[in-house]
Amino acid sequence: MEVTTIKKVSCPECGAEIEAPDDVMLKEILSCPDCGLELEVVKIEGDKLELQKILIEKEDWGE
Amino acid sequence: MTVQIGMLCDRIRPDERMVIEAAKRKGVDLKVHNVDELVFTTAKDQEMKFESVILQRVMSYFKSLHVTGLLENSGIRVVNSFNAALVCGNKLLTSTALSKAGVPTPKTVVAFTDESAIKALDKVGYPAILKPVVGSWGRLIAPLKDIDSTKAILETREYMFPLYQVFYIQEMIQNLIRDIRCFVIGDRAVAAIYRYSAPGEWRTNVARGGRAEVCPITPELEELCVKAVKAVGGGAFGVDMMETSNGLVVHEVNYTTEFKATTESTGVDIPGLMLDYLIDMVKH
Repeated sequence: MEVTTIKKVSCPECGAEIEAPDDVMLKEILSCPDCGLELEVVKIEGDKLELQKILIEKEDWGE
Repeated sequence: MTVQIGMLCDRIRPDERMVIEAAKRKGVDLKVHNVDELVFTTAKDQEMKFESVILQRVMSYFKSLHVTGLLENSGIRVVNSFNAALVCGNKLLTSTALSKAGVPTPKTVVAFTDESAIKALDKVGYPAILKPVVGSWGRLIAPLKDIDSTKAILETREYMFPLYQVFYIQEMIQNLIRDIRCFVIGDRAVAAIYRYSAPGEWRTNVARGGRAEVCPITPELEELCVKAVKAVGGGAFGVDMMETSNGLVVHEVNYTTEFKATTESTGVDIPGLMLDYLIDMVKH
């Protein structure tokens, strides 16, 4: 999958660089390529992203 | 003219990101709606500005089901439909729909009290599997190995929401190391994978660490999957099957299926094919 990546952010857990698509959206889930941690985009300000660890798995998520 | 399609989400997983990228490649104007930010009315809504066809990708089953009902009430076509979501989101309703359509399924019994559940187990024998009728990613699915462990497990359910006291008990297919997931879009099986359970885990869900491998689509497999999908209403689905000594049995039909693992294993552009199906709906 080819995605133009312009936004870069550090993994809050291991510090590795995570790339996000240029049209990244709020509530988008990104995975750290190094430690595999799943992170949710909670704030977008220009090229800056704020990520939060996904701590919960709600009871009726998934299939 | 550019085709407009809507996608309803509550999170953007890699799967939804793949749909967004596929839409860019196909020149589809894909509008992404976050269900958590919307307000609906139960009357036919004239003000909501939705596209005529919507791809439903909300992760939460209850949200997804209810929103689909609201959208359909406003004349919007949703993939998959309310009826399909209702049937597929409930294992008991899925079993009855499949059985009615003549699709082979694992032997399943249902009971509503501890005592009747123990009696029901005589019909399927040990080991069996207790599954919540509504549930996903293998949560709260319990192996029933013998009468003592079964009694203990049933007792725990007494303290849960009444939905967990609908005891849906299924035969355990022996020596199962993998199951099969096949994607059906419209009347075609487009990709299939074997799902192997992770070490130390008996459930095969990729969300539980399971591993995917390409599964060839035989005419038998395609015929069975298309029949299963027609039984729940038609659309775009992931059909889960197990291999038994008597052939394939269908145990689940998923209506907002995660396709990342299958796309990566098979190389089949499932999000692209789903969009083609929706584009066709918009045009007809």
